[in-house]
Amino acid sequence: MSNLLTASKVKVQFGGLTAVNEVDFVIPEAAIVALIGPNGAGKTTFFNVLTGLYTPTSGAVEFDGRSVVGVQPHVIAARGMARTFQNIRLFGAMTASENVMVAMHPHLKSGLFSTILRTRKQRAEEAEARATASELLDFVGIPGVEEEFAKNLPYGDQRRLEVARALALRPKLLLLDEPTAGMNPQESAAFTAFVHRVRDERGVTILLIEHDMKVVMGTAEHITVLEYGAKIAEGTAAQIQSNPRVIEAYLGKAAAGGAA
Amino acid sequence: MFESLTRQRTPREWGNFAAQAAGVVVLLVLPFLGFTKNPEGFMPILVVVACLTYALFALGLNIVVGFAGLLDLGFVAFFLFGAYVGAWLMSDFAINVKGRDDVWDVSFHLFSRSPDGTKGIHLSFWIAVIVCAIVAAIAGVIIGWPTLKLKSDYLALVTLGFGEILPEVFRNSEKFPIGNYNLTNGTKGIGIVDPIGYGFGSITTGGDGRKRYYVILLFVALFAFISIRIRDGKLGRSWMAIREDELAASLMGVPLRRAKLWSYAVGAVAGGVGGALYATTVGTVDISQFTFQVSIIVLCAVILGGMGNVWGAILGAFVMVWVSDNGLKWFGRKIDVELTKYQFALFGFTLVLMMLFRPEGLLPAARSKQVKQADRLAAQGVES
Repeated sequence: MSNLLTASKVKVQFGGLTAVNEVDFVIPEAAIVALIGPNGAGKTTFFNVLTGLYTPTSGAVEFDGRSVVGVQPHVIAARGMARTFQNIRLFGAMTASENVMVAMHPHLKSGLFSTILRTRKQRAEEAEARATASELLDFVGIPGVEEEFAKNLPYGDQRRLEVARALALRPKLLLLDEPTAGMNPQESAAFTAFVHRVRDERGVTILLIEHDMKVVMGTAEHITVLEYGAKIAEGTAAQIQSNPRVIEAYLGKAAAGGAA
Repeated sequence: MFESLTRQRTPREWGNFAAQAAGVVVLLVLPFLGFTKNPEGFMPILVVVACLTYALFALGLNIVVGFAGLLDLGFVAFFLFGAYVGAWLMSDFAINVKGRDDVWDVSFHLFSRSPDGTKGIHLSFWIAVIVCAIVAAIAGVIIGWPTLKLKSDYLALVTLGFGEILPEVFRNSEKFPIGNYNLTNGTKGIGIVDPIGYGFGSITTGGDGRKRYYVILLFVALFAFISIRIRDGKLGRSWMAIREDELAASLMGVPLRRAKLWSYAVGAVAGGVGGALYATTVGTVDISQFTFQVSIIVLCAVILGGMGNVWGAILGAFVMVWVSDNGLKWFGRKIDVELTKYQFALFGFTLVLMMLFRPEGLLPAARSKQVKQADRLAAQGVES
């Protein structure tokens, strides 16, 4: 199995602060991998490097065979990398359907003039986009909300809408930034199953940042742990759970000593 | 094409449709209403024409401010480009280009009704207006380019700067530093600009205000149509996404730079076309017309009318221009108070009242109306 994404020696510095320090990281194709670590470990910063928001101080990131360093975010998105946000960032005053259709931007071919003239081709394309949007809303489990404004949806539905919007990019890799934040245990469990469905039915590779260990252990086939910007461990769920460095990072030295 | 006439509607949508149809009828018959004949009256024809010109500007700025959410305080620049390019292409002015002592012996005619052999460049209005639209669009892109990374207040300041600098450049281009060319005739302005030849007969200031009105109305209708079509398509969605959350939009594949530049370009076209119409219908282009106040009135029209609403922009322009050009004078005469003295105080007061009681404008865009309603229900604890 080849690697969809390879990050080597990625380093991000903000002034004197090193947020991500020489991290090596690979995501095999069709895998579900997780990035965990205490608050401030540099997880979201690492996400921002992958999606093109930050340019790493040094190091290389290769996605689907091409470098993403210094490439604009919308280009990376169009190449097939989609994400959701830690604090939901939907287009509030747009309907659910429109939110999803925005992310189809790279796939829609109609230009300005065919839009003004509303050519047959443009109308067909719009109708198809609308149908795809409904289908995606259905897939993430919020059917029938097409005409609701995003900001009027309940919290859980907003999270699902973000996933639908990300899937509209037809991504190869989906990055989920703390997707179960604010969910109760039942919702989290349902979400775990949903992540598997996205991978199995859509063939999308998934990278998630998550604090809920139940979710992480239940979904991720491979886990990488960051602390203070550096990678301290990686492996399967079982390996991570018994790794003293990880226990120390989360619970302190005494706990790690007790476990050992 | 006519699906909008035959579609199924809820009673509320029927209400909107009826209001829009009524608006269209009013715009169509306005110059024939009695009060337009009296120059001292409620709304003389020249004020109606000015209102309509600003309606075109407001439609243009609505794209930039209302759709894409980019605060632009320098709209006057596009009006300026349109007017001057229109004047260059439709007058004798070209012979003065080489300066005071030298005459450029040029006589270029293209579908123009000017007598054969007349000196200068004389293009048909219908060709010149297309050139003006293209030049304005390019100007929009050039002015937009350096502002791409700016937001809100900073963007407003830079566009304001362009709106102030460009008229100064034109005012001082009687002897352009490079080659000493006379590009703008400085404070003396350019005249006489050819009237529109084909299709509408001779239309000048002295001529029939009604003809001027209808030719501008043609472009207002065209631009309203274009605005709505673009709004409902792919580009319109990108603009709205940028307005709602620029960062999320770019991560969802929206090319920010291209989408923003398109909004500047399309918005500027309205300014350019308005400028060409102004030049040809007034007959002269005078630098003192292009003040900061133009930008402000257009922006106020968009905000007053309801940001993002095409009909609101037109209504807002009519209200703003009528009040500042004639309404205060007219009402002041009625109650025997010189109200024009208090114009800015009244504007300020109205603005405060608007922000307090109807911040979404007179005719809010459909989406802001519904979002607000849902917010209110949510605040009352009602599930929507």
